[in-house]
Amino acid sequence: MISVRDISKIFNAGQINEFTALHGVSLNLEMHETTVLKGPSGSGKTTLLGLVGCMARPTTGRIFLHEREITSLPERFLTKIRRSTFGFIFQQFNLIKGISALENVMIPAYSTNEKYAPLRKRAIEKLELFDLGRRAGAKIECLSGGEAQRVAIARALINNPTIIIADEPTAHLDSKLSHEFMAIMKELKAGGATIILSSHDPIVYDSDLADRVIEMRDGQIVSEEKSP
Amino acid sequence: MIEHHRHILDFTLSSLLRRKGKNGALLLVYSLIIFILASVLFFTYALKREAALVLHESPEIIVQRTMTGRYQTIPISWSDKIGKINGVISVRPRLWGYQYDTTFQANYTLTVPSENPPESGSIDIGSGISTMRSVYKGDIIVFNGHDGFPRFFTVRNILSYESQLLTSDLILLSEKDYRDFSGIPSDQATDLALRVRNPREYATISEKITHLYPEARPIVRTEIQRTYDAVFGWRSGLVTVIFSAAAIAFIIFAWDKASGLSAEEQREIGILKSVGWETSDILLIKFWEGIVVSLSAFLIGTILAYAHVFYTSSALFAPVLKGWSTLYPTFRLTPFIDFGQVATLFFLTVVPYTVTTIIPSWRAATIDPDAVMR
Amino acid sequence: MELRHSTIYLGTTAGLILVLGGIFLYASHVVITSGPLFARKTALVRQLELTDLCLFTEASYTRHLSMTDPSTPFQDSPMSLEHFPTGALVVPPPHLVRSNGKHD
Repeated sequence: MISVRDISKIFNAGQINEFTALHGVSLNLEMHETTVLKGPSGSGKTTLLGLVGCMARPTTGRIFLHEREITSLPERFLTKIRRSTFGFIFQQFNLIKGISALENVMIPAYSTNEKYAPLRKRAIEKLELFDLGRRAGAKIECLSGGEAQRVAIARALINNPTIIIADEPTAHLDSKLSHEFMAIMKELKAGGATIILSSHDPIVYDSDLADRVIEMRDGQIVSEEKSP
Repeated sequence: MIEHHRHILDFTLSSLLRRKGKNGALLLVYSLIIFILASVLFFTYALKREAALVLHESPEIIVQRTMTGRYQTIPISWSDKIGKINGVISVRPRLWGYQYDTTFQANYTLTVPSENPPESGSIDIGSGISTMRSVYKGDIIVFNGHDGFPRFFTVRNILSYESQLLTSDLILLSEKDYRDFSGIPSDQATDLALRVRNPREYATISEKITHLYPEARPIVRTEIQRTYDAVFGWRSGLVTVIFSAAAIAFIIFAWDKASGLSAEEQREIGILKSVGWETSDILLIKFWEGIVVSLSAFLIGTILAYAHVFYTSSALFAPVLKGWSTLYPTFRLTPFIDFGQVATLFFLTVVPYTVTTIIPSWRAATIDPDAVMR
Repeated sequence: MELRHSTIYLGTTAGLILVLGGIFLYASHVVITSGPLFARKTALVRQLELTDLCLFTEASYTRHLSMTDPSTPFQDSPMSLEHFPTGALVVPPPHLVRSNGKHD
């Protein structure tokens, strides 16, 4: 379980452009559940995802992962936890241009001591899961939007994470690709993954994938709906 | 640990290959700089060692005569008093001088050897002269003497090609022929060559000579050798120009690196951090980037420099070294190498470049992983 | 299977290092075996009483660097034109500088 207790996040503290993204948010996220954070731009969804996913530290408050507090762990440990536990799918995909799809998928594991051959094999398997086996050698610029999205998902899965975080995953996709994305998420959920999504796309928060929909506004949780 | 480094190296090489043109040019230019630097180092060291090895058999002291600071022929009678100085084994008047050949615009050095001189009417010539004038054993050469009249000489021998760094422009002839040719009177010589038993007595003997003959200028063998130690010194034109150019080129590289990372590079670092790379991994990319370029440049440049200096006889430097000479050796040098210099070149090639690649990335490497999400 | 970039790079670098090492070893070998060659050259120096290498034959002061005097370069031309680039390549012998002052 991921437990977030009374966290706040202030950017540019003490400066003219000081901005409070989260105000005292508390939340428990159960394993194997799919949670959708919904709300307009600036509501704090992305910031909350970043904190939950060990990408940043809260200004105040505490975060627990499987009952172990991770708020003030040194960067190295936080990075190791992030790498092994979480798989991120970004709004803009954030793939590296000029290198192949295969190498993009392998990159999150480069920071480990894993041997090349098994890593490569696993990366190809992930690509083949999304029908991209034959496109493994293609450079990112040569892929279509849908193919790039699937490479981004394959990359998020390379370290076999238990928790998948996706920030506005359908923001740059047409409805067909958005539905394809949701289908993939359903498959992952069926495989036992814990999924946390943020979106202001009804295709996402209205879908039957979501076990829970949390509405945010101005850095606070305003409502919560659980699926029956 | 090894696998971790290899992963980072794989990524670094992919990154470098993404900008093949720019990085290829960088490698080429850096290799060229190292090539030129290493060539100069190899050439000057090999030449100096060669000089040190052979010139230790030069006469221990040469006595010249000067008047108003300028060279004059020396009276042979000076040998008597100088020969009696304690420590001097022998005094031999040397006869040598120059001859300008207007046809070939070449300068020759004529000398009368102490042993086995050619008989009158014959000469031994250096391999450079033989090649330039296409003259071989048995052929006849004509030179105009001091009086304008031609003298005919038959070539007895060509001096060995392997000794050309010493003998390329030499013409050996008998004393009679030389005096007749040059007009030097029989009681004069070009200078006096002294053989001295004990090197520690050079200074004392030189003092005594100048005391006896104030216009004498003794040149001691250690000074002859030091001439060649210093010949391509740090203040010589060749070395100054080349090393200055290298320093300027390096400053340009360093400036380019130090002016920070592009937006694209910073974005990439953000992505890597967000997918689980640590700050140290980012710095490792930069480290490997520096090493790949600088180590490759060092190896390529140094190997090519060796081939250039010792296999092509410094072909690229030849136009500079020849100057306006029409007669020159081919600089076929024995490969004496100062490994200390090579090690210094290695450190100066690799360390500063790698450091200037890592340092500007420090800030970007510490970027928050969530930066790419915002 | 396609070779990893790092394999190609490390292999090539190792190869170049071996070549460089081999070159240096060979150079050392040549130096060691050049004893007879140097013996012949030193015998020649002794026999002919030579004092200078035949590097630059352009002018007397570039040909016999150790035997020259400071005014010789200026005798070659009324305008004291330097024999460029040769004259610029070499520094005056230390014993000349010592007795006749610096050249800058």
